[in-house]
Amino acid sequence: MNSIEKSPMPATTPRVIVREAAAPRPRWQVWLIRPEVVTLLLLVIAAIVATRLSPFFADLGFILESSTYYIEFAIVALVLTIVIISGEIDLSPAAQMALSACLFGTAFKAGAPIPVAMAVSLLSGLIMGAFNGVLVTVLRLPSIIVTIGTLILYRGLAQVLAGDKSISGFPSWFVGIDYRMVGIVPVPVLIFIAASILLGLFLGITIYGRQIYQIGTSEIAAIHAGLRVRRIKMGLFIASGLVSSIAGLMVASRLGSVRYDLATGGELTMVLIVMLGGTYIFGGRGSILGTFLAAWLLVIIATGMTVANIAINAQLTVMGLLLIVSIIATNAIYARSQR
Amino acid sequence: MLRRNLMLAVALGATLLSGAAYAADPVSIVYIPKNTGNPYFDSIIKGFEDGCKTLGCEFTTVAPASAEATSQIPFVTAQIQRGVNVVAISPNSPDALNLVFDRARAKGTIILSVNSDMPGNETHRDAAILPVDFTKTGPSQVELLGKQIGYEGEIAILSATTDAPDQNVWIAAMKDTLEKDPKYAKMKLVTIAYGDDDPQKSTTETEALLANYPNLKGIISPTTVGVAAAAQVVETAKKADTVKVVGLGTPNQMRRFIENGTVEAFQLWSPYNQGLLAANFAVGVKNGTIKNEAGTVFEVPGLGKVTVEKDSVIKTQADLTTFDKTNIADFNF
Repeated sequence: MNSIEKSPMPATTPRVIVREAAAPRPRWQVWLIRPEVVTLLLLVIAAIVATRLSPFFADLGFILESSTYYIEFAIVALVLTIVIISGEIDLSPAAQMALSACLFGTAFKAGAPIPVAMAVSLLSGLIMGAFNGVLVTVLRLPSIIVTIGTLILYRGLAQVLAGDKSISGFPSWFVGIDYRMVGIVPVPVLIFIAASILLGLFLGITIYGRQIYQIGTSEIAAIHAGLRVRRIKMGLFIASGLVSSIAGLMVASRLGSVRYDLATGGELTMVLIVMLGGTYIFGGRGSILGTFLAAWLLVIIATGMTVANIAINAQLTVMGLLLIVSIIATNAIYARSQR
Repeated sequence: MLRRNLMLAVALGATLLSGAAYAADPVSIVYIPKNTGNPYFDSIIKGFEDGCKTLGCEFTTVAPASAEATSQIPFVTAQIQRGVNVVAISPNSPDALNLVFDRARAKGTIILSVNSDMPGNETHRDAAILPVDFTKTGPSQVELLGKQIGYEGEIAILSATTDAPDQNVWIAAMKDTLEKDPKYAKMKLVTIAYGDDDPQKSTTETEALLANYPNLKGIISPTTVGVAAAAQVVETAKKADTVKVVGLGTPNQMRRFIENGTVEAFQLWSPYNQGLLAANFAVGVKNGTIKNEAGTVFEVPGLGKVTVEKDSVIKTQADLTTFDKTNIADFNF
């Protein structure tokens, strides 16, 4: 704007001058000043600090083993990233994990073979996701309220179904997915990496991915542009339900038992991962890469501090501070790039 | 950060020095309570600390923020990585920790379940250290109340939730004692109220008991929340002389009522002794001086002889500890 006032040129060709003033930022800035870079930096710093805190930390096998405790949430966080980019939020996945895992356990106890029980669980994920989707897209209710409601509902149903007792006794081939290794990499970590690549490509190079960014940036513009906003959002909620039930089955396999309070509080961990990864809470911006890096950031911090015997209240404080730092960084970077 | 690093360096230096002083490395024990900020577990920790002071073992404690079933798993994994000899834990779930315990034991870590066992999953831990012989809880509570009311009159029970497993077992034993032992023939159980371990609901339920049963002589509340609420109601209603309250409570919650005479006596066990016993047992098993098998008897300074029972269950004390005016000042938990 200043360039117009300072310009010695007469006001006959203002358009051209304005264009010149808003010259594109240098390419290195576009590539380097992004939330993902902040996450990566934090990741490097966290790894260095953790190594210095405890001599027991720097052991790749141990870090990978410990990562399996957070990786189920991280897998759901990948889909949650896309949901948040589209301008919605889903707070019910952890409860969906519990309910679908309890359905799996109940079906198994009722005599169903494991594959059938797994199918029941996956189907329940689809239904729970669709239920959220209908409330949000058909009844047009705000997703934050809807999914807080279904968070309580699904958790309550899980408790009704399974009671206060845990269900176990699954066959040994089903139990212990976190101890099946390819080399030194546990299977859940491989699933996470594969899901990251697939969803990253989906969001980055497909037409649907571009449409989701468009919806999150301006839903009204997207509707006017003829995008099938409601259909896409419905699809995202269903995907969230499906991935939650997959994560629930992974927990069931890891623990060898299911209980209604499985993954309690997990929704906050998921939102934490997405926010640490630099996804914009108001939608329209963010990336799978950021969420992928943030998941490892969480693993490094939690594992590093636990193995250093640092008290849990200090751990929570560090997590809270990190979240605030990353939100400030994300907001500053997006504000800058919008100028 | 710097300060923590310095502290770590000092700790590391101390470990190296002490390592040189001992012939063998001292036994390292870590205790993982259900969650942080619970005075009950602080008392167990104190027992461990004092035990390790005399035995020369290294003791640390870490705890998750919530008592959710899986919250302790990362802590157990981290302790395996640290190479500790003994993990003592008050498990948040009877079975969610099975797999991680199996891994720990495969690497030579001894797993002790402290304060509660893992019913049906005893093969996944090395031993369980329980507070008391729970079969005596019911009869012992009936006797405590009977003594105060002259073994005569209407009594009520204020429990936790309707499906609380421990309380229901104890209540069944109380009923059994009241029916079968002629000593209690004149004591009549009129009702069982449920306060859901919620202070507000327990208060309301006690008020209802006083209103509905004017001849009530005593209340047994075998839950810490219930007994404190019942004592409070009886104190407010100024009925401490006619209605006697007994139950299972913690000294810190009940101290005021004992000191002002609202409650004559209540019972519990000593979490401190559990920590002390666990430390002695852990070091003994690790050094090979105590055999972890049924029938082993070993001596714990201050506690006397302790027996390892079937399935490696160890009961810290045979009878409940009774707290009253004479001894409550000695306890802080």
